[in-house]
Formats: sequence, structure tokens, C-alpha cells
Amino acid sequence: MEFELNNQIVFAATGREDLVPGLPTVIFIHGAGLDHTVWTLFNRYYARNGYNSIAVDLPGRGRSGGVPLSSIEENARWLLDFIRALKLEQAALVGHSMGSLVALEAAYQAQAAVERLVLLGAAVPMPVADPLLHAARTNDHGAVDMIMLYSHAYASQLGGNPVAGINILNSNMRLLERGLENVLYADLKACHEYDNGLVAARGVDNPVTLILGEEDRMTPPPQATDLINALDNAKVEILPECGHMMLSEQPEAVHRALARSFHE
Amino acid sequence: MKYPGFDTISLHGGQRPDPVTGARAAPIYQTTSFVFRETDQASSMFDMARSGHVYSRISNPTVGVLEERIAGLEGGTGAVAAASGMAAIHLAVCTLMDGGSHIVSSHALYGGTHNLFSYTLPRFGIETTFVDPRDPDAFKRAIRPETRLVYAETIGNPRCEVLDIETVAGIAHDAQVPLMLDSTLTTPYLLKPFEHGADIVIHSLTKFIGGHGVAIGGIVVDSGRFDWDNSGKFKTLTEPYPGILDIDFAEDFGPDAFLHRARREGLRDFGAALSPANAFYILQGVETLALRMDKHVANTRKIVECLDNNEAVEYVTYPELPAHGDHELAKKLLPRGCGSVFSFELAGGRAAGRKFIESLKVFSHLANVGDAKSLVIHPASTTHSRMDDDALKQAGISEGLVRLSVGLEDPDDLVDDLKRALYRSQI
Ligand SMILES: Cc1ncc(COP(=O)(O)O)c(C=O)c1O
Repeated sequence: MEFELNNQIVFAATGREDLVPGLPTVIFIHGAGLDHTVWTLFNRYYARNGYNSIAVDLPGRGRSGGVPLSSIEENARWLLDFIRALKLEQAALVGHSMGSLVALEAAYQAQAAVERLVLLGAAVPMPVADPLLHAARTNDHGAVDMIMLYSHAYASQLGGNPVAGINILNSNMRLLERGLENVLYADLKACHEYDNGLVAARGVDNPVTLILGEEDRMTPPPQATDLINALDNAKVEILPECGHMMLSEQPEAVHRALARSFHE
Repeated sequence: MKYPGFDTISLHGGQRPDPVTGARAAPIYQTTSFVFRETDQASSMFDMARSGHVYSRISNPTVGVLEERIAGLEGGTGAVAAASGMAAIHLAVCTLMDGGSHIVSSHALYGGTHNLFSYTLPRFGIETTFVDPRDPDAFKRAIRPETRLVYAETIGNPRCEVLDIETVAGIAHDAQVPLMLDSTLTTPYLLKPFEHGADIVIHSLTKFIGGHGVAIGGIVVDSGRFDWDNSGKFKTLTEPYPGILDIDFAEDFGPDAFLHRARREGLRDFGAALSPANAFYILQGVETLALRMDKHVANTRKIVECLDNNEAVEYVTYPELPAHGDHELAKKLLPRGCGSVFSFELAGGRAAGRKFIESLKVFSHLANVGDAKSLVIHPASTTHSRMDDDALKQAGISEGLVRLSVGLEDPDDLVDDLKRALYRSQI
């Protein structure tokens, strides 16, 4: 799906199904420097199982035009514009990493537009280490390397991927390399500087599920403690032997955790 | 902190201890099919909406270990294994090409690939122009609007032409087409083509990677760097495909577009899948790839020296020799060695060739390369016999040419064997 929003082309994958008025909608929001392709399995699943399913490319990412927005708040406003442009009354927001912050902030800004939140690889705050920010600012490949090494559990770095034949370390590396020029820094900086997370968490009363990777070193589960406390009754799923790149590291475990969160 | 290294990937890549039994070695999942846990999972696997294995023609866990491991060693985003090296080449080419497409290929090719390109693919409307791998400009001149692929081998067989990968990759990319390389003779231990700009790598796993001469297999590895959308020349990857759920592979799978198409269409429809048992045998070879390649090269260096100093030998074509046309390029691309398959010209032509081969005791006379055991063959009468005189000449194969594939035996025994046979060949 491609259309114009705020004078820029927006791309969103819809799992190859048309949107049908009246069906519940789920919107998947990718993480820093990534794009809609991280959601392909999940997007295809929900599109065939009773949902309008949408994996969006945030501005300046993937197939969407424009430049990356400079803060989580702006990305959230943009997402709400996107929901309005599609004339959707409400959508469940499923965000990974930076996308989880965008989802949380969007729910805070317009609670009625959000049906529920599923936050994967989430932490509040989400500080980014100086060396990583610095490398990203200079479009240095070291930024990609740091993210790859911190984001994959060691077992995932070696492999054993349930999607046959795909080496997720190299595959995710290529995806992030596509976003290295100019996008990654903007995204990481937005995560680093976002300071409204706990306020937002206290302000939302949508159902919320957190899906965290036990071996995530980008956003380690203990770093989500404040977020969990700020949310009322968040459901927390911790995936064993899984890092931050849970969508490709353990797609089946994520699928089942997502399914449980939707059947609440 | 750093990425797992080559030897660690050789031993562990693509595998975790078996979650059910704890087996440390990769088990042979000798099964055609896999039980669905529930009907919802079954239908979504068919929709490409869930991960997992369905049927071993499309994917299998043992084969998957091998695929991920080789992809890890090459630095690729993934791989698709096939029943043989030739099946891998066919699979890769047919994933990208339609009738009317054109290939620009080095003429220094394995005989089977040469047949495929010159006789078989033209029957399906795919034409190839062959060029001299030592003349990068020739690749450029041969490119046409309908060219979809530039193809070559990292090191030619039997003449050891070394490809200037960076230059030829640049030429391919200027034409918005990928460079596909057969890296069988170099293996990822000696050369990683993706680091020099190649886009897709093929291996016959039958050779050094398997290493023990017990299983036929092949593999296609993708770097994930070629931008199919930007090129606009590959509608198999950038347009919805009615044959598979209207998937637009580049849109849905980004850097993995080619691999998913090759598996979902190529393995499904052509069916040349690697068996789990063969994948297991080949995995045993991968574990010792680095150790074996070092020894292959060390033995080869001793033998090259012996042959180069023997009066019955007119010349030796090994790129580490200063007289070889690609000596400088080889120093740059292949610092660990130029592999162990090379050729030499025996004085006395065809008759001497026959006597020489029949006198060898340690070297086995057979049509293969890259075994742990040393091998010898006379290309003009065997592997390249289907080439006419012109094609033979183009490939640089003369009547007295003997090809060796140096194995892992004691180098002194190999040198003695060769010296004895060289002497006999001249009396
Ligand atoms: C360089 C090269 N490529 C491809 C092949 C074909 O491989 P297979 O015999 O596994 O089909 C061979 C086999 O000799 C080869 O030497």
C-alpha cells in the first residue's frame, strides 16, 4: 500500500490483503534503522486471520519517502496521522524496539485511537551508549556491528534459524546497512532522547503486553522494570535464549506470545 | 566483542544442541515431512506466515544447518542447498532468468557448466556470450540490454585463471546485473568473494567443502547486497508472483528476496533438493575445512616446486609461480594459497600423458577434484571431451595437459609418486 501523507509517499505492507472496513486493525512498527520486512511473517499471518494488518515504513525508512523524524513524539504524531488518513477508528499497535516507544507515545497522545499495545524489546528509558551513537553519527559500520552483537543472543549469532537457510546475523546486518546512511543515527538519537516514556506509561490504560528477550543486551529485561511498574497490569512475556532481534531469532515464540496477547 | 570466527562457525554455525535429545552433532533428520502442531499452524505455514519445516524438498533441519553454516562462512544472508553443484548453478540461474535473458560468462568454466550454458540453456531461450576471464573489458563489451547475469569461476579449471573480482563486479553493477561466482575451487577459507563485490556464490559441495569424496551436493549463497528493486531488471523478484501467493519477494523479504524465491519456486518446481544424509556427510567435512585447506595448499606448494624443476614437465600453471599470468592478482586475492587443483604440460603429448597417468600409484585417475585423496586426470580425453577443438583451445587445454587435485597424503609420498611416473612417461 502506498499513498501520500504530509506530502510524502508512505509505504505500508498489508500482508498482500486489502483492508476491509469493519475488521480489527493491527499496525506493526519497526525498530531503529529497520523497515517493514522484519514483520513479514506476522503481517502475513494477521492479514489472513481476521485482521487488517499493516507493517508501516516510518518516514525516511524502507520504501517510505521523506527523512527520519527527529523524535519519538514526532514519529508518534505521524503514526496517528497515518491512522487517521486510513480512516481507522482504532488500531492495535505492535512495536519493536524504537517502534515500541513510538507505539507507547502514540497511545499516550491519542488513547482512543489505540486498541491495545504490544511492546517487544522495549525499555524505558532507552539510552544508547555513546560509542554507538558516535559511530552511527558518522555512518560508521561499527554502529551496525555493535547493534548486531548486542542484539542477537550468542546462539542466534551462530544460527539454528527456524526460517530455513537464512543466516539471521548477516541478514539483519544487510537490513541495518541499508538504514545506516543518515537513518540509523536519527533513530538512535530519538530513542536516546525520549524522556516521556514513564509519563506515557502512567497515562495509558490500554491492555499492554511486553515481550522481552532474556538475553537481550540492547534493552535487557531489567531495563524494562520501571516501564512495567508505570504500566497498570502489563502482561510480561520473557522469551528464553532470545536476544533483541526476537522477530527473526525466535519467530515462533514471538508468534505464540503475540497470539496470547491478542486473546486477552 | 566480535563476531564468531571462521573455525567456530565451521563447527557450530547453523546448529544448537538438539533441543529434544541434547545430541551435540547435527542429527540426520531423515524424514520427508514434518507434523503440524495444529491446523492453524499448517495453513499459515503454507501461507508463508509462520516459520518451520513442511516437506524436505523445500527445507529440512539437517540441510538447514549446512545452509546457514556455509552462509556464515561466506558472509552471506543465507543459502539454498541443492542436490549437486550443477543443480545449484541451474537453480540460481533459473531463479533470475527468463527466456530471452542473456548471460556474459567467463569461458574458463567447469565442463558441466560450459555444457549448460552453451547447449542446454539456449533450448530454453537463455543465451550466453563467453569471454576471456583475464580481460575484464571483454565482459563489458559483451553486455547487452537483455543481459541479466555476469558469471565466472574464482579460479578457472584447469588453467587457474584468477578472476579480478572487484573489476568484473564493477562492470556487472554498472549494468545493473549481479556477479555470480563459482567458488568451488577456492572455498570460503581461501577466498570470500562477497568481500570483493560478488553478489551470489555457488559451490559444488562435492569437492573441498565435503572434502572426503563421499557425497554429491551444491549450494547457492547470497550476499544480500544486490538491489533488485533499483536494478529494475528482475521481475521474478520485484513483481507479485501468482505462482506463490502473489508475493513480491523484494518487498516482503528485502535482502533475502532471492533466497526465498530460489527455495519457494526453484526447490518446489525443479526439485533438486539435497538429501539430509548427504548434508550430514558434507557437514563433517565443513568442520575441518580450514585445517584441510591449509594442508592441501602446503602439499600443493611442494608438488608445484617438484614439477617446476622436472625436465619432463614443459610448464606448470599455478598462480603462485611468477610465470603465471595472474601471479600479482593471486598474491592480492589469495594470500592463503591458490587451492590444490592445477595443471601442467607434460613433454611428449597424449602418449606420454597416458603412460604418466597409468604409472601413478598414489594419485587416483578419476573425474573429480577436491577429495582428501590425490587425484589426476587428462582433461582433453575426459572432463572437457565434449568441447570442440576451438572451445578446447579457448579454454587453454592442450593434448599433454594433466590436471592434478592434490590431497592430504604425506607430501613426500606424493612427490615420489609423481617423479616415478614422470620418469616412466618419458621412456
Ligand atoms: C568448479 C566446479 N563447479 C561445479 C561443478 C559441478 O559440481 P557437481 O559435480 O557437484 O554437480 C564442478 C564439478 O566438478 C566443479 O569442479
